[in-house]
Amino acid sequence: MAGKLKIRVDQDKCQGHARCKSLAPELFDLDEFGNAHEVGDGSVPAGLEDKAWLAQSNCPEIAIEVTEE
Amino acid sequence: MSDSASIMPEHPPVTDWVNDFDHTDPTWTENPFPIWEKLRAASPVVHTERFLGCYMPTTYQAVKEISYDTDHFSSRRVIVRDVRPEITARAPPITSDPPEHKPAKQLLLPPFTPDAMKKLEPRVRAICNELIDEFIADGKCDAAARYTKHVPVRAIAHMLGIPEKDSDLFIKWIHGILELGIKDDNALMEAVREMTGYFAGHIEHRKKNPTDDLISTLMNARDKDGNPLADEHVLGSLRLLLIAGIDTTWSAIGSSLWHLAKTPADRERLVAEPELMPLAVEELLRAYSPVTMAREVMKETTISGCPVKPGNMVLLSFPAANRDPAMFPDADKVVIDRKENRHAAFGLGIHRCVGSNLARMEMTVAIEEWLKRIPDFRLDPAGKVTWSEGTVRGPRQLPMLFGKAN
Repeated sequence: MAGKLKIRVDQDKCQGHARCKSLAPELFDLDEFGNAHEVGDGSVPAGLEDKAWLAQSNCPEIAIEVTEE
Repeated sequence: MSDSASIMPEHPPVTDWVNDFDHTDPTWTENPFPIWEKLRAASPVVHTERFLGCYMPTTYQAVKEISYDTDHFSSRRVIVRDVRPEITARAPPITSDPPEHKPAKQLLLPPFTPDAMKKLEPRVRAICNELIDEFIADGKCDAAARYTKHVPVRAIAHMLGIPEKDSDLFIKWIHGILELGIKDDNALMEAVREMTGYFAGHIEHRKKNPTDDLISTLMNARDKDGNPLADEHVLGSLRLLLIAGIDTTWSAIGSSLWHLAKTPADRERLVAEPELMPLAVEELLRAYSPVTMAREVMKETTISGCPVKPGNMVLLSFPAANRDPAMFPDADKVVIDRKENRHAAFGLGIHRCVGSNLARMEMTVAIEEWLKRIPDFRLDPAGKVTWSEGTVRGPRQLPMLFGKAN
């Protein structure tokens, strides 16, 4: 069985395309400029793993890192 | 559209696309996709002597390398044209390079976040339905002239706080700058002059009568030292918002409806499964990306192994990048529920389109409202679809018939 997932948005790479927020609103938040960051400590709640991968694979700047713990 | 016969000698028809490409050639305007495939097969970067010398990256990778390299590639000129006159009318932040770019962009970002767009969405839905009310009883319409054009014009006018009824003026200026201006400097300068005068009047009016719109937001903005922006900066950004906010989304909505008109399977699927809209909008943006940008080479470098020399422009074709099969499986097919889609329709790197959330919202709403009211439609075989030339590509005539074909 796969371990728990953790996500992280690289603030230097994010350009505010907001694709992650649209695909996985539970996992990402935007700041006042529209740049993204992970919700909380980036732990992906059970059941939202697919959304984490979907957000990761749609970021045009490759700014989202998904790691398995 | 080329409006003047006198300029034809400067643009002889292209016979050797790989060494002599021209993005204003009628063949490109009509159907650029096979041309991009040919160029990509030849090299990741091709060159033409036209436009005083211009490169074009043909792969996603090469487009990305140039987009991220603000050291060798400047944004001070963002349209590839026949002439390169001295730069007078800047439009920050699109024409800005680091370090000026970031503060200019940050001023514009907060009004365009997805949350801000949610507040504008009901007005855009109403605009769409007001437009459809005007032609639905006819059983047909030119969707480019009657629908796709007016959605972004009225939305951006609403945001800026300028009269929606002035939209014909805006369209005229944009045509002068983005299409005629490639070959006709006077047309461009005249449009910029008229536009600047128009906005200067609105700024003057707000000095006595402050309002709650984007023009006032820019007038009230302060730089990091607490000083207001120079009038020239405010005017430049207003010109940018109007120019960039209209043709682009007009094209994106138009290409989407064009695709759905000739692809019943995708249309029926979107009607039956409206929850697919977010993926569908991204896929239509990828397959029919309207906007091609430009850079100017400042220092010699190599891109994807190809030498690139100063003195040349770069035609930065996000639309061609988005058709690169090395990046997108079945790149030339519209896969309406494509899952993995890192398309570059809104650019890559620091110049990511400031209005991308607005464009997405307008596209989503315009397609949704159209499909609710007109679920069955097709291209009118008696009419002709025509496409805009040059920097922004989309249908400018889009004759449609409503209802099922007999």
